[in-house]
Amino acid sequence: MIDTLSHLPRPHAGAVELADRFGDLAPPLTARQAALESARCLYCYDAPCVNACPSEIDIPSFIRSIQQENVQGAAQTILSANILGGSCARVCPTEVLCQQACVRNNAEECAPVLIGLLQRHAIDNAQFGEHPFQRAPASGKRIAVVGAGPAGLSCAHRLALYGHEVVIFEAREKAGGLNEYGIAAYKLVDDFAQREVEFLLQIGGIEIRHGHRLGVELSLSLLRQQFDAVFLAIGLAASKRLGLADEQAPGLLAATDYIRELRQADDLSQLPLAERCIVLGAGNTAIDMAVQMSKLGAHDVNLVYRRGFAEMGATEHEQAIAKANQVRLLTWAQPQEVLLDDQGRVRGMRFARTQQVDGRLQSTGESFELTADAIFSAIGQAFDASALVDPLARELKREGERIWVDATLRTSLPGVYAGGDCTALGQDLTVQAVQHGKLAAEAIHSHLMSNVEAA
Amino acid sequence: MADLSIEFAGIKAPNPFWLASAPPTDKAYNVVRAFEAGWGGVVWKTLGEDPAAVNVSSRYSAHFGANREVLGFNNIELITDRSLEINLREITQVKQAWPDRALIVSLMVPCVEESWKTILPLVAATGCDGIELNFGCPHGMPERGMGAAVGQVPEYVERVTRWCKTYSSLPVIVKLTPNITDIRTAARAAYRGGADAVSLINTINSITSVDLERMVANPIVGSQSTHGGYCGSAVKPIALNMVAEIARDPETRGLPICGIGGIGSWRDAAEFVALGCGAVQVCTAAMLHGFRIVEQMQDGLSRWMDSQGYQRLADFSGKAVGNTTDWKYLDINYQVIARIDQDACIGCGRCHIACEDTSHQAIASLAQADGTHRYEVIDEECVGCNLCQITCPVQDCIEMLAQDNGKPFLDWQHDPRNPYRIAG
Repeated sequence: MIDTLSHLPRPHAGAVELADRFGDLAPPLTARQAALESARCLYCYDAPCVNACPSEIDIPSFIRSIQQENVQGAAQTILSANILGGSCARVCPTEVLCQQACVRNNAEECAPVLIGLLQRHAIDNAQFGEHPFQRAPASGKRIAVVGAGPAGLSCAHRLALYGHEVVIFEAREKAGGLNEYGIAAYKLVDDFAQREVEFLLQIGGIEIRHGHRLGVELSLSLLRQQFDAVFLAIGLAASKRLGLADEQAPGLLAATDYIRELRQADDLSQLPLAERCIVLGAGNTAIDMAVQMSKLGAHDVNLVYRRGFAEMGATEHEQAIAKANQVRLLTWAQPQEVLLDDQGRVRGMRFARTQQVDGRLQSTGESFELTADAIFSAIGQAFDASALVDPLARELKREGERIWVDATLRTSLPGVYAGGDCTALGQDLTVQAVQHGKLAAEAIHSHLMSNVEAA
Repeated sequence: MADLSIEFAGIKAPNPFWLASAPPTDKAYNVVRAFEAGWGGVVWKTLGEDPAAVNVSSRYSAHFGANREVLGFNNIELITDRSLEINLREITQVKQAWPDRALIVSLMVPCVEESWKTILPLVAATGCDGIELNFGCPHGMPERGMGAAVGQVPEYVERVTRWCKTYSSLPVIVKLTPNITDIRTAARAAYRGGADAVSLINTINSITSVDLERMVANPIVGSQSTHGGYCGSAVKPIALNMVAEIARDPETRGLPICGIGGIGSWRDAAEFVALGCGAVQVCTAAMLHGFRIVEQMQDGLSRWMDSQGYQRLADFSGKAVGNTTDWKYLDINYQVIARIDQDACIGCGRCHIACEDTSHQAIASLAQADGTHRYEVIDEECVGCNLCQITCPVQDCIEMLAQDNGKPFLDWQHDPRNPYRIAG
């Protein structure tokens, strides 16, 4: 995919320096910092932080365990609610979840308890001799999970816990989904995503088959025939299009494609560098893209959004990271035309200035141009409808483009469940996907077991 | 500015902050540093008969709070392990160099008249201002018939005190052990023996913690441990009560009291004075932070006294004694009810769960639309126990409001519900 950027130079900095720049954005707490910070937790009852956590981790409980020097107990509390608690501790936007809700998040109390870093401290420092969860006796039931991202892995682990056999079908070479391919490198460093998958699989009873795509090598009807239940966790595989001419020109690509390449690169100095670049969008992916290009050595990084700061999907915390990395945030400007050089490669973009009139976005009639060696589009992910092409899959009720599910993650087809970003339920967050997987597993389990009792 | 100088049991000092007899006052070097820092007096670490005591290693341990703050402190150190002659010579030199400071010598010799008769003139010759009898040391020395072994037998306390008054003209302060059922018994014995003052409390028998890997208590000596003497902030409530018990005992009325036990701030000191003390002694706080703490203690106390219009310590000494009484004299009809300041409340729910699980189910948890909870006192259920106020992390968020219920003062002695009430 980066063929489209092959004409660009490589970073000036060497591999070692680049690796250093892509180190942990939020370094782990030392034992002493964890002790001090855990003592700040007020051990609230009906704690607002727990209510704010999509995966319902018992936060006061695990922090009290840390305070009482029981790091393993803390980790088990976290993992029993969220088996991907290690990656969630790193990638969750805690500033709008648990830490926003923390009762100490006000001027009188100075600052919220650093819940995310404490969670990471517990998971990173708990050394389990064996997997901390034990499987129930074999149930004889087999469940197909499509997609080895956070939702699929979470669902598989919970199902395995109940004694079911799980086969995960995954299109890519590695499991982990966005944790492996989509998160900014400085948020989830080294091979943590893979180590977390390995830990999760230790429970046993889970087989991952790579290179299987729904709609290509797999069909929903076949899966439903061969398994007792199916969980779809196929994410949002497609990047939204700008809808402009010359969108295929060398120098323009989806930010997610570049980030995936960057995350898989052993040597960052071999990546193409867009010294002047434009990132389109206002979500965390756009910020991740812009910051990473800046870290690679770009000196002119413009993040352009058609609305204002208040409407940005990226949190203030994320925006601050961008500014700290010399990313220029331009608002109220909408892509109008991809500008090409005489060889047909991207040389910049023309934008129309926008404004809000009676709640509607309009062009002001003014426009401006930005010079750029590459343009990265991060205007959102879309559901890849090609996955649902077999006759049965087409019957799935949809909500917008995504798969419709009820509160227990059931789709409109009996025995078929779905969760994570491919559904419209909740927010598009790793932690939300984990919760979906967990809840779907609970629903599948109780459904399968009630059938057993009835028989 | 308020005048902090005192005259306590005939001993003059520029301020009421004295260092207690303990490791910080074992030798001239430390005591001179203390005087340079501003301490009003020092009780020199306990002298005994030669040969000097021998100490072990290690000696201290602590009871820690959540942030490693020392709540309580424990030691198994004995009396001075230096010779009597060296100590007496240093005391003489220091007193000469610092004539305005109170210098009191702590003593512990066997419970034999001859021993006291011998040591007292030697001590008087140093020019010190008074003596303090160590009847309280709870570790090591009692096994040899001294320290708390004396303090726990009122007859011994009285007898030794009388010997000291007989063979010395120095003011005699009797230091009391808290390892006793009723502190007044020992204070009365000291009073009968002619003591000029009592000081309390000495340390409390304690084991602060156990090393669960080595299965031995702290502090560890080789593979063993022994109980030590507990002091520091955690013992302040025990000390305050014992001071108050003596202060309001008619049998020892007027006996000067020097307060000891967990004092680390001017406020702690002021509380001891309010319950009847004329001076205070400090040790653990100095051991944890150094002698400089006396600067904030002096400054804080004098500013607070200024704000209250007190010119001397005597102006408020004992002022809280009259309001400390027996349970049976309390007003049964008095009623307070908790009120939560909703603007100050941060929504932690601690008041609710504490009341719900362990008290009177008097705080309702009302779920709000945004997922938070609002906590409200159910007035009819609230007995005014203070638990919610204590568990609340926000100062002044929960107020205990006195209720005007129109009922007159009524104590249990006169309460009609009391089958043994006083008739009439």
